[in-house]
Amino acid sequence: MQILSSFALALPSAVEQGLLYAVMALGVMITYLVLDFPDLTVDGSFPLGAVVSARLILAGTNPLLAMAASALAGALAGLVTGLIHVKLKVRDLFSGIIVMTALYSINLRLAGDSALLSLPRTSITLLRNNPVADILPRGYSTLIIALFAVFAVKVLLDLFFKTRAGFLLRAAGDNPQMVTALARDKGQVKILGLMIANALVALSGGLVAQEQRMFEISMGTGAMVLSLASVILGVNLLGKIEKMSVTLKVIIGAVLYKISVAFAIACGLKPGDLKVVTAALFLLILAAGLFPKGGKKHAGP
Amino acid sequence: MLALERIHLTYNPGTVREMGLFRDFSLDVPQGQYLSVVGSNGSGKTSMLNLLCGSLMPDAGRVLMAGKDITGQSEHVRARNIGRIHQNPAMGSCAGMSILENLALSGSKQKKMNLLPAVDRKQVARYKEMLAPLGLGLENMLEARAGNLSGGQRQALALIMAAMTPISCLILDEHTAALDPKTADTIMHLTDSLIHEKGITAIMVTHNLRYALDYGNRIVMMHQGQIVLDESDENKQALRLEKVLGLFNEISVECGN
Ligand SMILES: Nc1ncnc2c1ncn2[C@@H]1O[C@H](COP(=O)(O)OP(=O)(O)O)[C@@H](O)[C@H]1O
Ligand SMILES: [Mg+2]
Repeated sequence: MQILSSFALALPSAVEQGLLYAVMALGVMITYLVLDFPDLTVDGSFPLGAVVSARLILAGTNPLLAMAASALAGALAGLVTGLIHVKLKVRDLFSGIIVMTALYSINLRLAGDSALLSLPRTSITLLRNNPVADILPRGYSTLIIALFAVFAVKVLLDLFFKTRAGFLLRAAGDNPQMVTALARDKGQVKILGLMIANALVALSGGLVAQEQRMFEISMGTGAMVLSLASVILGVNLLGKIEKMSVTLKVIIGAVLYKISVAFAIACGLKPGDLKVVTAALFLLILAAGLFPKGGKKHAGP
Repeated sequence: MLALERIHLTYNPGTVREMGLFRDFSLDVPQGQYLSVVGSNGSGKTSMLNLLCGSLMPDAGRVLMAGKDITGQSEHVRARNIGRIHQNPAMGSCAGMSILENLALSGSKQKKMNLLPAVDRKQVARYKEMLAPLGLGLENMLEARAGNLSGGQRQALALIMAAMTPISCLILDEHTAALDPKTADTIMHLTDSLIHEKGITAIMVTHNLRYALDYGNRIVMMHQGQIVLDESDENKQALRLEKVLGLFNEISVECGN
């Protein structure tokens, strides 16, 4: 009974968190589902987005501008990973690890050599202390803004996938040979995908930092696995529903994921145990054979 | 139009699996020629096409297009002028995209990669006009996913897509081999009319000796990385199936096929 009541108490915040993390899951969806690229840059670009937003908010920047700056920083990180992979021909996994590792130091520097940045309760962020949040019903304002932000990203992403550039990205994931046949450099399309993906990841990091009013150097640890779990959860659980867009499935997957984590904590797990929960959940998803099938066929060289 | 000049190619050099395929191999396909290539399995037909398309680099020798050295040019740059159809019909379109989306995709081949809408609804009538003559009913199922099409339908779509934007060469690698005989005939017929209509240079590798003799104005037979038969125009027309089959069996026996 006590488990249930504390779970119910944690539920709204879990949904809120799920929504904010869903933006990151959408980014990972691009690298993993579309490009078939296991991109570990994510573990570094998520805190990168957070530290950029946190610093700019501390300096009194408009929260929307801070978000844009986070996204831009993420795109830059994705660009570097892409260049390392495409131009220097380093394996996909290693390219991401290299940039992730470098980002640890860069994030620390950006935070002013501090592992923790806290924003004062009064700071104006996208989710709190702003004119929009003030007119929304108290207690639900962050949830509503988070919902709105995620759906704005979803709609933009859906639109993007209907553009010429978006079509090429889809083609790259569907049948890489087609990209070559269309006289395009596969590498360029990959770089574009990595940039968009990491922009979304960093945007998510910025959102989380603005919501939680803090940046913490290790907040990106396990970000990639967490997002992957969300993507796989959403795509498989809702796979049957043909009419639902993949982006919506991923968002729901991310929310469900955070709800499961909240449940685990309500059952008595400590926040420090979260990573093991993440790993266990991910393992469960993989072992249950929920891995997306048919997504990735590699056309031979 | 396309030429290979004194090509040398060895697979897995310096290993136990070392396999010298081409030694001083040359082939010149003039503009407008329609060349059929036959040969036993492993005779190097696909490797030859890969060299022409740029998915394989020779150890020595040159690749020429319209007299220009393109040996160092990457595959996607060559694809501006070369269209390629593979044996597997799935290679020529995107399974998860609709017929309409696939056509829009290939229609944007020479255009900028930008944020304009990929599908232009105004083109739908034109797409239908392109698909209707195939007689496969594709024009009435523009919203169907390419992955749900039959092999023949999908190969027809691939052909339409490859020839939608101007190309100077069409390369076909056993593109009817995965189809049942009747569908293969349909696709072969479509291929032939496409090549004539657009006046493109074509290189068609086929296992079907009948097709090789009936279509095109030159025939080449390959064996172990060498050309063992090369006849054009009247000489090709004078060739009898029995003679080609005889030669084919001779070399096939030799390599144990
Ligand atoms: N990527 C490769 N690596 C090693 N050997 C190869 C490769 N591709 C082809 N070969 C070898 O080269 C020979 C010619 O192959 P291929 O060009 O595919 O012939 P064909 O298309 O006429 O059947 C075969 O013996 C084949 O085993
Ligand atoms: Mg072959």
